[in-house]
Amino acid sequence: MAILVYAEHDNVELKKATLNAVTAATQLGDDVHILVAGAECHPVSEQAAKVAGVTKVICVDNAAYKDQLAENVSLLVKDLAGDYSHIVAPATSNGKNFLPRVAALLDVSMISEITKVIDANTFERPIYAGNATATVKTSEDKVLVTVRATAFDPAAAEGGSATIEEKEDVQDAGTSSFVGEELASSDRPELTSAEIVVSGGRALANSENFTTIIEPLADKLGAAIGASRAAVDAGYVPNDMQVGQTGKIVAPNLYIAVGISGAIQHLAGMKDSKVIVAINNDPEAPIASVADYFLEADLYDAVPELTSKL
Amino acid sequence: MKALVAVKRVIDYNVKVRVKADNSAVDLSNTKMSINPFCEIAVEEAVRLKEAGVVDEVIIASIGPKEAQEQIRAALALGADRGILVQTDDKAYPLQVAKILKAIAEQEGTDIVLLGKQAIDDDNNQTGQMLAALMGAGQGTFASEVKVEGDKVNVTREIDGGLQTVALTLPAIITTDLRLNEPRYAKLPNIMKAKKKPLDEKTPADYGVEMASKQEILKVTPPAERSAGVKVGSVDELIDKLKNEAKVI
Repeated sequence: MAILVYAEHDNVELKKATLNAVTAATQLGDDVHILVAGAECHPVSEQAAKVAGVTKVICVDNAAYKDQLAENVSLLVKDLAGDYSHIVAPATSNGKNFLPRVAALLDVSMISEITKVIDANTFERPIYAGNATATVKTSEDKVLVTVRATAFDPAAAEGGSATIEEKEDVQDAGTSSFVGEELASSDRPELTSAEIVVSGGRALANSENFTTIIEPLADKLGAAIGASRAAVDAGYVPNDMQVGQTGKIVAPNLYIAVGISGAIQHLAGMKDSKVIVAINNDPEAPIASVADYFLEADLYDAVPELTSKL
Repeated sequence: MKALVAVKRVIDYNVKVRVKADNSAVDLSNTKMSINPFCEIAVEEAVRLKEAGVVDEVIIASIGPKEAQEQIRAALALGADRGILVQTDDKAYPLQVAKILKAIAEQEGTDIVLLGKQAIDDDNNQTGQMLAALMGAGQGTFASEVKVEGDKVNVTREIDGGLQTVALTLPAIITTDLRLNEPRYAKLPNIMKAKKKPLDEKTPADYGVEMASKQEILKVTPPAERSAGVKVGSVDELIDKLKNEAKVI
């Protein structure tokens, strides 16, 4: 049977996490379909049809799916599930929100944030904030998984030529409605997919220092900006920039941790980065145990110097 | 209005876990156990709703070993009214936990169920969503603000790009994010009083739920170790290493 991948999008653009999920799906079977559920989401289905390895795109265009409300989307996915052996979603806040709901509607267990496909029923996933790896096997008829994007290469966004099938399927559970949203705007690369991430912690002391110390370095490197929970809780930056077990999981080529001690919960979000640099005045900070390069220095001197010399 | 709060007994968040030598699981013997931090936030939110006069009674439920009554008592000391321990020595998977919670919520007639967004041991982030699906109720996951207004609840949720607010019809399920509130500390007199609060002991069979799961953990291994890094003495040396050794800039 075919594999269904749920597309992450904002009705205009297909999000990159979908491409990573497609790669995981192609390791499960050959016939990979993408479901685009949204409102006026045709540009997204056209982008999805070009993704390498995808054979069919199902587009369900209805106002009920505009804001990706889990109550409506899960009923739709449950309706379509009959034709599929596997249902795959990226482990984004959206994927985490609706897929367990689908699983319960189908009365099956599901597997969260897989990092490796061993076979069609067996997967690896991190547990205990990434301090252990579990190999999990399921004997459910239908296998539902969310995919940790940073653990799979993205599928090529061009080169595919899937057919697009329009479907009418209006599911409005009537138990929830969208009120509003407040999105942080930024010209920088998206945190979860950036090649380089510069992160700041409590030692930055205030939001002005984020602007005057961290931002110039990130701009010089074309990097995204992250933060530790301490920096978010203290109000230096908005919470969607938090890296860690409870925030975003990143695995860039280069992660620069500035003034971050490296608590277990923070390491859970970044320790799969290729190269880790820590700038900290405390040589005993736990971040030193995972850093490839540790510069023991006052960040207020070292970071501006680094920025100016790059 | 009644609120049900689900709490889980997990390894304390500060403990560095060790994987057992036979790779069967994480070693939990002689380790400090606590309420899962997200569950603690759920308890605090329910108690605040009670203090605000929105909720009349806060019921705590935990599904797990006999020792989980410590975590229920801890939640009662924070201001909850009574507890239900559904005792099982089997591993509790989210789908089975959700089925038990559904039975409790329906039996008690609760209008609002609060859970943590994820347990810090299994990191599943599934139970609240599954419970909402089984009950056919609306869900407000990853909540950073909860406002009950009449027969509706407005939940502000933490999403990847920022914040989103949804309105849910009661009964509703809410899962808490870290920023929802700061849990209070239990005072000694409250800990003493909590010992006298009612705590019912049940089994999954009382709710007609089989704990067996079609999911199985084959093995648990430590993650790949990162090789030890080097200390650099200056910014120039750091730039040189990044350019010529790591080749990342």
